[in-house]
Amino acid sequence: MTTLDTTDMADLDARAAARPRRWHIAVFLAPAVLIYTVVMIVPLVETLWLSLLRVDPKTNMSFFAGLANFDTLFGDPRWSASFWNALGNNIWFFIINMVVQNPIGIALAALLSVPTLRGRAFYRTAIFLPTILSFVIVGFIWKLILSPLWGVAPSLLKSVGLRHLFHPWLGMADSALTTVSLISVWQFIGIPMMLIYAALLSIPDEVLEAAEIDGITGWSQFWKIKLPLILPTIGIISILTFVGNFNAFDLIYVTQGALAGPNFSTDILGTFLYRTFFGYQLQLGDPNMGAAIATVMFAIILIGVCVYLFGVQRRLRRYQF
Amino acid sequence: MSRARFSLPRSAAMHGALILYTIIAVAPVLLIIINSFKDRRAIFSHPLALPGPKSFSLVGYQAVFAQGSFLTYFENSLIVTIISIALVLLFGAMAAFALSEYRFRGNTLMGLYLALGIMIPIRLGTIAILKLMVATHLVDTLTALILVYTAQGLPLAIFILSEFMHGVSDDLKNAGRIDGLSEYRIFFRLVLPLIRPAMATVAVFTMIPIWNDLWFPLILAPSEATKTVTLGAQMFLGQFVTNWNAVLSALSLAILPVLILYLIFSRQLIRGITSGAVK
Repeated sequence: MTTLDTTDMADLDARAAARPRRWHIAVFLAPAVLIYTVVMIVPLVETLWLSLLRVDPKTNMSFFAGLANFDTLFGDPRWSASFWNALGNNIWFFIINMVVQNPIGIALAALLSVPTLRGRAFYRTAIFLPTILSFVIVGFIWKLILSPLWGVAPSLLKSVGLRHLFHPWLGMADSALTTVSLISVWQFIGIPMMLIYAALLSIPDEVLEAAEIDGITGWSQFWKIKLPLILPTIGIISILTFVGNFNAFDLIYVTQGALAGPNFSTDILGTFLYRTFFGYQLQLGDPNMGAAIATVMFAIILIGVCVYLFGVQRRLRRYQF
Repeated sequence: MSRARFSLPRSAAMHGALILYTIIAVAPVLLIIINSFKDRRAIFSHPLALPGPKSFSLVGYQAVFAQGSFLTYFENSLIVTIISIALVLLFGAMAAFALSEYRFRGNTLMGLYLALGIMIPIRLGTIAILKLMVATHLVDTLTALILVYTAQGLPLAIFILSEFMHGVSDDLKNAGRIDGLSEYRIFFRLVLPLIRPAMATVAVFTMIPIWNDLWFPLILAPSEATKTVTLGAQMFLGQFVTNWNAVLSALSLAILPVLILYLIFSRQLIRGITSGAVK
């Protein structure tokens, strides 16, 4: 209520200054709206439009082709095989990210939020470190460490007597995707950890004290009191991870190359879009097919965001303290 | 309860778990930096040892500086990142001020329109962005990258900054108006200095994805003169895969500036992510 009143006041004041047209509002908004619209919104819309066009190979002119590109993408056996492979891999990439990062993130955050813990700032800073590094650095670090040539990973495993477990995980079709997904978790674990940590800290002491008086402590306190209270945060983390994973590209490109090897086993939508748009080896780049893939990615992300906004977020009860 | 909290084994187990994960998070980075200062034989025979007087070597760094134009790459990355952040902060704060200070027709709609970009990644428009840059002759210029990163950073900046703008006292602004300050002066003289902490948070948030981005430099500005550090390192690493000294040194060179900045600003960043809950 109060914010409404104060904005009313500001409004009245501005009007009292006898400015029939408040040009300053337009001046304040113009630069941001202009750059945002021209560089982001118009290209996004144009990409959707480009997915409906084709180029005539003889005249080199674009013409309206309706859903022909999508027909090729889903109908042509070669295209559709690549597409479903990339989508399937992308879903697996997302699942691994979610299944591994959330429990570890919650566990680390729970440890950090113990009031008597010392050295909290140190742990926080150290565990968050990989998140600020670029994919190029992260990808190469792990490529070197997991390389059978260097032998850091095998000798470490040998020291605990598990040498036989080592395989060149990034080079094998069965394990490459999972390995890359785990590298992605290693890099981004700091974000879920910090968000859950903040959510845990914002639970007021009175609530926990009341629980303790009722005899709810330790594990049951975590499951019955804390976890329900941090569910909205886990919802936000999930949607952030979803959007990030479904337009991921860099990590795969750096560790596995544009061909997302071995044998396309790590191909996700981002690398598939890149190859289609720019071409690779003998296949020429095709902007219109690229736009069609970008449109499908757009639809997937939009569906995910809508499911979150209307399906998940509304059902989660928010508690106001 | 208090007995449980202060018990020694419990606290030891907690530290044990945290130290274990800290090692998992930090050791790979340290391993790269340590080995970049060793000669080739030591890298392979004792990868986990610190560089000693016998194994110490800067041959990798010499190779990097002889082959790559890393200084140019650094310069490009710095120019792109700093100008983009400046534009995002200035334009973002201006738009946030307009949205939070004035009531006008279409205010909510404008807010929603600008918030769209928080959820929809700008990458999906790459094909048309490249067309736009080709048409305006901006391919292989830093301007192209700056424009894209400014557009990419604005939605979140406007969202965060308008939350903070609501908190600026109305009495102060109205006092300024009574004193005859124009709306522009109120914004630049009164409001901007007050939201400086929020601006710092936005700056750190905006900086990391820009500095680390590979996609747009690869597509919009891959020429030698406009490569950023991230792209330059990627290309260099790809070419020198077999020269382990050079690869490790190049990685360390790419890590160090970010690491230093992180150690300076980590408090700001973490406070930003947790929106003030963590002091």
